[in-house]
Amino acid sequence: MKMRIFVPCDAAAIAVGADDVVTALEQTAEKRGQPIQIVRTGSRGLCWLEPMVEVATLKGRVAYGPVTPADVPSLFDAMAGNGPHALRLGLADEIPWLKRQSRLTFVRCGIVDPRSVEDYRAHGGYKGLERALSLTPAEILADLSTSGLRGRGGAGFPTGIKWKTVADARADRKFIVCNADEGDSGTFADRMIMEGDPFVVIEGMTIAGITVGATKGYIYIRSEYPHAVIAMNAAIAAAKRAGLLGARIGGSAHSFDLEVRVGAGAYVCGEETSLLESLEGRRGLVRAKPPLPAHKGLFGKPTVINNVLSFAAIPFILDNGAKAYADFGMGRSRGTMPIQLAGNIKYGGLFETAFGVTLGELVDDIGGGTFTGRPVRAVQVGGPLGAYFPRALFETQFDYEAFAARDGLIGHGGIVVFDDTVDMAKQARFAMEFCAVESCGKCTPCRIGSTRGVETIDKIRSGERVAENLAVVEDLCNTMKFGSLCALGGFTPYPVMSALKHFREDFGPAPARLQAAE
Amino acid sequence: MTSVCEPWDEARGAEIIAEHSAQEGATLVILHALQEAFGYVPEPAIPMVAEALNLSRAEVYGVFTFYHDFRKQPAGRHVLKLCRAEACQAAGGDALAARAEKKLGVAIGNTTADDRVTFEPIYCLGLCATAPSAMLDGRVVGRLDEARLDALVAEAQR
Repeated sequence: MKMRIFVPCDAAAIAVGADDVVTALEQTAEKRGQPIQIVRTGSRGLCWLEPMVEVATLKGRVAYGPVTPADVPSLFDAMAGNGPHALRLGLADEIPWLKRQSRLTFVRCGIVDPRSVEDYRAHGGYKGLERALSLTPAEILADLSTSGLRGRGGAGFPTGIKWKTVADARADRKFIVCNADEGDSGTFADRMIMEGDPFVVIEGMTIAGITVGATKGYIYIRSEYPHAVIAMNAAIAAAKRAGLLGARIGGSAHSFDLEVRVGAGAYVCGEETSLLESLEGRRGLVRAKPPLPAHKGLFGKPTVINNVLSFAAIPFILDNGAKAYADFGMGRSRGTMPIQLAGNIKYGGLFETAFGVTLGELVDDIGGGTFTGRPVRAVQVGGPLGAYFPRALFETQFDYEAFAARDGLIGHGGIVVFDDTVDMAKQARFAMEFCAVESCGKCTPCRIGSTRGVETIDKIRSGERVAENLAVVEDLCNTMKFGSLCALGGFTPYPVMSALKHFREDFGPAPARLQAAE
Repeated sequence: MTSVCEPWDEARGAEIIAEHSAQEGATLVILHALQEAFGYVPEPAIPMVAEALNLSRAEVYGVFTFYHDFRKQPAGRHVLKLCRAEACQAAGGDALAARAEKKLGVAIGNTTADDRVTFEPIYCLGLCATAPSAMLDGRVVGRLDEARLDALVAEAQR
């Protein structure tokens, strides 16, 4: 019997040798005359177990990991005889780290073949679109509003309101734009879903198109994600072949087409108006709002611009009902969030769960603390523009409002863990430096404030008039926070101020704590 | 994998520009295509893009210089990009960057004197749970430690 073996083609798995494992599997199979079929899937998101190899058995898929090419011969014996192996993890679906998640958006990621429309359909795909095609736009909008879905890119704006604004706008052309410029360090959920289940993004965008009356969509993917670009392009081509993109989608009266555009290494293009400028072929300068993109977006036309994860959440809502989605979560944060555990962490990866889980549970319990084995000192939540949280705030629940109340943000759901060797003044300096490098330059607080921020933190670190310069940093942060045009300048103060507030002991000449540690 | 680039050729440049200029908002698409073919965006191509898209040279030059990806001159034979963002910093990326700089003999952001290796920072490859990470000529590598980095640097120097 032909063994069916599943190996991820996710970039994170490839980065730790998944392709080499595939080569070794093929060579071993040939040598032994054992026919195998290798299916390249996305990643299940248990990154410390990558490359994770699964084999189909009568009871379900059995996982092994992390696998190196040297493990393959013995792995082959174990897989063929369903026998014991040091790397055997049991049934993949029963792995506790996976089992305790609530996977709504990532339900198929790591399971299906991302190039196959048929596989997507066999796992419940395109049911959301099917239902959407039987509804009026007003009914879809009502569903969206009931679901409580808020933009997953970071701003948390209610998706239903955004779509309704575009649906109500009158114009000869409207656009759907997917923001796949996932530049925040510590985040990779967009990349994973595009590589592992691209059709869910396509389906979500298609539903957006028929809801607001747009016939063209763009996915703007950052150039740092070449694997995602390839996966999305392949999926778009497959959807076109299946009649699910293009004219008269699924035999309906609606037309919708999609195109991938690739960014060029500018972090600020993750800001929606900067992204639109870039899509139009210009410098990624941030636009002043209003007008909102919903009124005047791409090429001056009403535009729905949402993050990858927002679009990817739509098919579930349409298929399973808005209430089924809204039943997850807490307060005004409804549904689930694909949380990304990253940095110096023992069990890093993608953990999708309902809002409400505490930061401490995520870092200590689910994440298992640091991989260096040293104590966790700080975690940055929400990317380069997110605040650093100390252990004292680990009871904070993962929720838009709870984080805002502690001068932080959940952003795109990335959590970067640092151990006790971190120098928080250096991290604060990096935040300012990153802003200075990536600033689009349009507004003064961001462009000049960040540069002055770097200089001033340098003075503090060299012990020059520490108290006065700390006051200057605070003043700069206030100017940037309230005076910047977009979140780059406006939110850079979060990491800086949180570092100052919670880790003041690091600011000064050669922090005493670090000297003691040496 | 070393990508072999064509030498600049005006007719070839014009062909590439014509291939994409009908798209809406084509500037970035064209600059990417030019760099893909020639390994950088040759200066003589800028006015040609402007002409094709009915833009001023300054506008096209402005786009070209705004984005980190576009090169003024060809890179070294191999391009090694090391992630320098927070998740990789947390996982020991600073020390690895210093180590690679020492081994290559250039500061990050430069090309070695023999033109073999261009060593650049990159701000996030989305491999943050298998950090620190790098990319050598488009191939991603994660879970770097000193030994894996040394092997990567040696490969780039070959």
